[in-house]
Amino acid sequence: MYDSGKIIPGLIIFVLFVTFPVWYNHGDAGAVPKPEMPKNAKKCVLPVAQMRAEHMQLLLDWRDEVLRQGEWGFITIDGKPFQRSLQNACLKCHTSKKKFCDKCHIYAAVNPYCWDCHFARVKK
Amino acid sequence: MDKKRREFLKIAGISTLAGLGGTAVIDRLATGASPARARAAYEINSLSPAGQPKEKGPAKAAAKTSQRLGLVIDMRKFNANPGLAEKCIKTCDFLHNIPHFNNKKDEVKWVWLTGYENAFQEHSHYYRNETLEKNQVLLLCNQCDDPPCVRACPTKATFKAKNGIVAQDYHRCIGCRFCMAACPYGSRSFNWRDPRGGLDMKHINPEYPTRMRGVVEKCTMCVERVGIGKLPACVEATGDTKAMIFGDLNDANSEIRKFLKENYTIQRKPSLGTHPSVFYIV
Repeated sequence: MYDSGKIIPGLIIFVLFVTFPVWYNHGDAGAVPKPEMPKNAKKCVLPVAQMRAEHMQLLLDWRDEVLRQGEWGFITIDGKPFQRSLQNACLKCHTSKKKFCDKCHIYAAVNPYCWDCHFARVKK
Repeated sequence: MDKKRREFLKIAGISTLAGLGGTAVIDRLATGASPARARAAYEINSLSPAGQPKEKGPAKAAAKTSQRLGLVIDMRKFNANPGLAEKCIKTCDFLHNIPHFNNKKDEVKWVWLTGYENAFQEHSHYYRNETLEKNQVLLLCNQCDDPPCVRACPTKATFKAKNGIVAQDYHRCIGCRFCMAACPYGSRSFNWRDPRGGLDMKHINPEYPTRMRGVVEKCTMCVERVGIGKLPACVEATGDTKAMIFGDLNDANSEIRKFLKENYTIQRKPSLGTHPSVFYIV
């Protein structure tokens, strides 16, 4: 190989540079976020694992059912009636967007556009 | 070779004709309606949930079984109660988080007041009486039975709900403003700026979303309140004055139909054929 003296150190530097985030953090992905669970409610719409994985699909389904198909009915969770609504159901128990929603969204670097219009109550 | 090409062209021509004509014939047989009537039924059918068979049949039959929510606005009562119209507007503004920029260009309006000559251009303005001269008319979206905005919308962001309300789905709005051009009543507003800039975020209704920059919004006759059995906010704000009467125009026994039977009412620009569901007594 011509110029192997330059190419091989160059490749090594390149690989080190690309894997910088991995070895800088010692192969640790950082602490898993712990969103704050609501204190006054035990049950969610779906089991926790399912909510964690599919809450975005659930919200989209709710949006279509309520807004497009006009099914503005209530659902019952843990004996209490709730509207199928982000602001009027989810955020009624998960009162802090910062301590619940944002925790994972920031960790996963996702920026859901829900919050362009929907909002959590601002503390006075 | 020549013969083969001839055969091929014949078969191709016949199958094209069968393909084009065949589907049309099958469609017509299946719906049992002529194309013109099928088109009229389109609005209602397109609202049936995905996966379910669409309602078939002529538009008139479907319209009779469905609701058509409407309003009567009695300006005599508003004139007798000064400040009532402003109360309606304030209630609506708060409940729907409507921004204010103190700037005509960026104005977002759902319910508003204007002079008689602007509201009813088709009616005579010569030698108007003093009441019309002095008082303003309360305007809102007419919730047309044949809404031109819905026809203009390329994404079906605005659509006619089952109860007759012309609803607006901000999730789908792309901000093309075709609906604003199509609406003959100026009932639609565009969010030129982020609406949160025109709101006091500490004193807004936490149960209703704001909008985002670049979508069109309008009065939705409180589709979110009507859906859970409440009255529209403005109607509720008028209280016992009976200045606004809300009800189903398709129900011959409803309060609004009785009122319409007993009183002379007018609509805005009836000649355009949009069939407004908001009636006025001026």
